[in-house]
Amino acid sequence: MNFEYSPAPESIAIVDIKPEYNLFIGGKFVPSKGGKRFESINPANEEVLSHITQGTSADVDRAVKAATEAYKKIWSKMSGAERGKYLFRIARILQERAREFAVLESMDNGKPIRETRDTDIPLAAAHFFYHAGWADKLEYAGVGEKPKPHGVVGQIIPWNFPLLMLAWKVAPALATGNTVVLKPAETTSLTALLFAEVCQQAELPSGVVNIVTGDGKTGELIVNHPGVNKIAFTGSTEVGKLIARSVVGTKKALTLELGGKGANIIFEDAPIDETVEGVINGIYFNQGHVCCAGSRLLVQENIKEELLEKLKRRMSMIRVGDPLDKNTDLGAINSRAQLTKIRELADSGEAEGAQRWSPECSLPNKGFWFPPTFFTSVSQAHRIAREEIFGPVLSVITFRTPSEAIEKANNTPYGLSAGIWTDKGSRILWTAQRLKAGVVWANTFNKFDPASPFGGYKESGWGREGGRHGLAAYLRGEH
Amino acid sequence: MRIDVKKTYKLFIGGEFPRSESGRSYEVYDAKGNFLANPALASRKDLRDAVVSSRGAAEKWEKTSAFNRSQILYRVAEVMQGRAEQFVSEIIAQEGLTKSQAKKQVEKAIDLWVWYSGWCDKIATIYGATNPVSGSFYNFTIPEPLGVVGVFAGGKDSLLDLVHGIAPVLAGGNVAITLANQNFPLSAITLSEVFATSDLPAGVVNVLTGKHSELASWVASHMDIDGIDGSGLDSQVYESVRLAGTDNLKRIKKFSSTQSPERILAFMESKTVWHPIGI
Repeated sequence: MNFEYSPAPESIAIVDIKPEYNLFIGGKFVPSKGGKRFESINPANEEVLSHITQGTSADVDRAVKAATEAYKKIWSKMSGAERGKYLFRIARILQERAREFAVLESMDNGKPIRETRDTDIPLAAAHFFYHAGWADKLEYAGVGEKPKPHGVVGQIIPWNFPLLMLAWKVAPALATGNTVVLKPAETTSLTALLFAEVCQQAELPSGVVNIVTGDGKTGELIVNHPGVNKIAFTGSTEVGKLIARSVVGTKKALTLELGGKGANIIFEDAPIDETVEGVINGIYFNQGHVCCAGSRLLVQENIKEELLEKLKRRMSMIRVGDPLDKNTDLGAINSRAQLTKIRELADSGEAEGAQRWSPECSLPNKGFWFPPTFFTSVSQAHRIAREEIFGPVLSVITFRTPSEAIEKANNTPYGLSAGIWTDKGSRILWTAQRLKAGVVWANTFNKFDPASPFGGYKESGWGREGGRHGLAAYLRGEH
Repeated sequence: MRIDVKKTYKLFIGGEFPRSESGRSYEVYDAKGNFLANPALASRKDLRDAVVSSRGAAEKWEKTSAFNRSQILYRVAEVMQGRAEQFVSEIIAQEGLTKSQAKKQVEKAIDLWVWYSGWCDKIATIYGATNPVSGSFYNFTIPEPLGVVGVFAGGKDSLLDLVHGIAPVLAGGNVAITLANQNFPLSAITLSEVFATSDLPAGVVNVLTGKHSELASWVASHMDIDGIDGSGLDSQVYESVRLAGTDNLKRIKKFSSTQSPERILAFMESKTVWHPIGI
């Protein structure tokens, strides 16, 4: 029997990528003051998509000025109900242009069109819609009767979910009456720049959202700008700590969504087929470029063999390749730098004595690719058990008793996510109670929703995003 | 004429009253400048011992039911009431207040325990949530304690500011390592005696007396402390604590002397749990 699929590529005719992009400041696309341009490539074929501007100190200064002026003159004076209408408009335009965003995101990031189409873009629109409804109800947000915005918020977002992370940041900031200077990741600026057009179509007042592209240096300029009142960052724990240090001695508020090394715990009574799907979704979703990925599989010893056999079978069916093919499950690694990091860590796994397994799969010649992989014979001391790989690499560790599972799951400085697979309700709650993690998925994994708070314990960050808890982080209470 | 039996002011670690392992002490004087006591000058090793004790107690205290914690905090108020006279006389000596001013402070401190006692089993009701997510999932968020919190007591009210720091930490299910007000340490030590007789498990509150300027950097950089209430620190030391605390991203906060659930929540983390709905 032949199980080959015919290619089912999504057309790219719907997107219109300009050869170069300026910065979005004060409601207009403006050229940089002294900033050079850098290439943005499609990681699936290494073709140049466009040229992005490296924002300079003068650019950040202009953007903060525009945001400050918009805050003082317009946004802080507007009623919540009216502010909310702009967010509703943005949500609707994102829905109207969803296909365009999905294709562009897939090209720029390397993730499968199936994921941008079904997850990233609909969730981004949902975040605006959800937060739109909060804008005139802030006195119910649990931070006192007269909550106030911070003012100008500097937001720095990662490359793994470019538009979705923009929505997580921008929607609550605007709903609460803050104005924004946002920097997308340097490898994935295109959907943020398209979002700037959405702001124009929604007639959002000039300066309420400003987008300054660039690399970490531009981010640092935003963090250290004295006109910024709050910083929201999603990225690595390493950079998060640097930002935390740099706001010491200032009154800047700070929220951080950082790294993770999530434990996905499989008890012996887990429904095995659903569990295998959950494990796949936990680590191979979005090429494993997920801070809350279930990158450590903690499986009860007596079902390890059975689980791994089924996992191997299922992994053999993962389709790796062209992100724009609607059949693709695993797309391209976002950048050469990230691929190098994944390779280095995977090699360290072998060097330290773990056993590596990947299904047979042919990878495209051009672009950045890494096959779905797991390691067995992993000890807790191995780097692949401790460090965030941020790629499609799973470390399999066994346990005998529930207490041992908890001990191993919590044996990390991170505390972002965890998974529990069992048929027994009381065991789910027992386990959930003991896990030091901000998000616990029981008999499911990697689910996200604007109404659901997301964020980490310990070194996975400060604060929450989503739900009432996430909203509160953009407000100053009476204390 | 009878000679008074004076108290030896020691540390409070793991339910016991040891001297500093360093053998150090320092002199404190009353408001008129007369010698008052030689409390222990806690060392870095004392802090480390306190953290070990606190970590052990944290697990137990977190698992104590909210209702039970509430009763124990109320019990602290009960026992304090019985010792009110002793607190009053120490406050008069340390702070130079009148008897009625001192009495008022003690009463406020007792009432504050009662107020926070009531929060133990309500904080999750008010600040937790069930979240109506799209799709067939049950999704809820609950606040949980961080673990071990360092509390720097300061302010002008030696007893009241101390309780402002400790009570909300305990109400949220955290354990406290208290760094007593260095100029007015007597209230903290007498409060330890209350803790020792209030059904509070050993190690849930540990009290160190000594110099904030010396202890602050050790507390800030200790990797097994999860949060710090720096309300009692001057702003320069507080900023240095913030800096050193970034090594493990401690939750570090500072408050004015307000009673607020915000002080409980400052040292809690929200956990969100998802489960599919189906048959």
